Amino acid sequence: MDVSLVQRVFPFFVEAAWITIEISILALALGLVVAFLISAAKMSRSFLLRAFGTAYVSLFRGTPCLIQLFVLYFGGPQVGINLEPFAAGVIGLGLNIGAYMAESIRGAIQSVDRGQTEAARSIGFSRLQTMRKVVLPQAARLMIRPLGVNAVALVKGSALVSTISVVELTYTAQRYIGSTYKPFEIFGVAAVLYMLIVYVVARIVDLLDRRYAIA
Amino acid sequence: MQGLDFSVVPPYADILWMGVWWTVVLTISAAAISFIFGIVFALVVLYAPKTVALPVRGFMWLFMGTPLLLQLFLIYYGLGQLGFKIPALIAGIIGLGLHFAVYNADILRAGIVAVDTGQTEGARSLGFGRMQTLRYFIVPQAIRNTIPAMGNNLIVLLKESSLVSIIGIAELVHAAQLAISETFRPFEFYITVAALYYILNLVLEAGLRQVEKNVEVSR
Repeated sequence: MDVSLVQRVFPFFVEAAWITIEISILALALGLVVAFLISAAKMSRSFLLRAFGTAYVSLFRGTPCLIQLFVLYFGGPQVGINLEPFAAGVIGLGLNIGAYMAESIRGAIQSVDRGQTEAARSIGFSRLQTMRKVVLPQAARLMIRPLGVNAVALVKGSALVSTISVVELTYTAQRYIGSTYKPFEIFGVAAVLYMLIVYVVARIVDLLDRRYAIA
Repeated sequence: MQGLDFSVVPPYADILWMGVWWTVVLTISAAAISFIFGIVFALVVLYAPKTVALPVRGFMWLFMGTPLLLQLFLIYYGLGQLGFKIPALIAGIIGLGLHFAVYNADILRAGIVAVDTGQTEGARSLGFGRMQTLRYFIVPQAIRNTIPAMGNNLIVLLKESSLVSIIGIAELVHAAQLAISETFRPFEFYITVAALYYILNLVLEAGLRQVEKNVEVSR
């Protein structure tokens, strides 16, 4: 174990960890917006919207995230989309995790008892009101855990953006492994930071879960 | 902005086909490792003495908390540093296999605990040893009950196998990159690759559904 190497590179890794955190938070925000739109589309009365929602989830979950990033970043310029690596990373990860989160949201909404909807509708609530005032508040608690699992997966999945040259944790690790030939030390440093981030995400999910738990 | 032209793809059909083939080989090999080591890790964590169980538990914790890509770098360069000169393909199979072994072990551990204790009591009272009870009664039932969950891991494994292109294994993504380096047509080739993964995924899902149905019938 080369302690002086670890001490020397640590500051660079902390800087890279912030990029990982930044990209994860931005992709999470985009993912949540996408997820709500897609799950709304999948539950809409319009056939076209439902088909779009289903196709979106199926395509984004049925192909590797890496390829989605490559299509966006390397293929984008061919169709007039020129993005910086960081922006392509955020958009690519966000669109991808959105498909998974849409399923988490839909699962939570569907596990709210049907009787709730029937009761609300029969006392004169419209479809939208039923969703907003009756179903969603109950489903919100149920989606915290699954969305938390998605968020942890997103943090780990953000390593993929190293392949489109975003200088985050995994990119930095790869570069230092290449230049120092000390894979174990470098892996150790990066692993500690990743696990710290994952731990914080898990704690936040725990707190939210407890805060909104059904008493 | 240049127009899209998918007619650049067919001349590279052979290369892409080889890529598909290697992706399948890679996925099956890694799946085998992830299944076998998944069982081993689950049993070690549950039944082995602490001195063995704790390191394995630590390893599982480490591999669940870090990205697969980082683990692939560790295994590819790490084994080299330890003096094992292994080809990238083997490193990729080991890396993917161990990563998903950890997730399978987590599922199987819960599956083993969930098998009714009456099964153990029954087997033990018939005179089966502890190991025999596990081997012939508990583990088979746990595997059968966890097939859907482990099947999901297999679906993820197929998609994540695309990552090993980064350490230079000539699978599907790598094949596309080769074609792109000659044609400068990333959009067409990556969309084609996405379509191929999508088809592989559909085939795998259909296969898993069939397996689940057979298991359901044999109950």
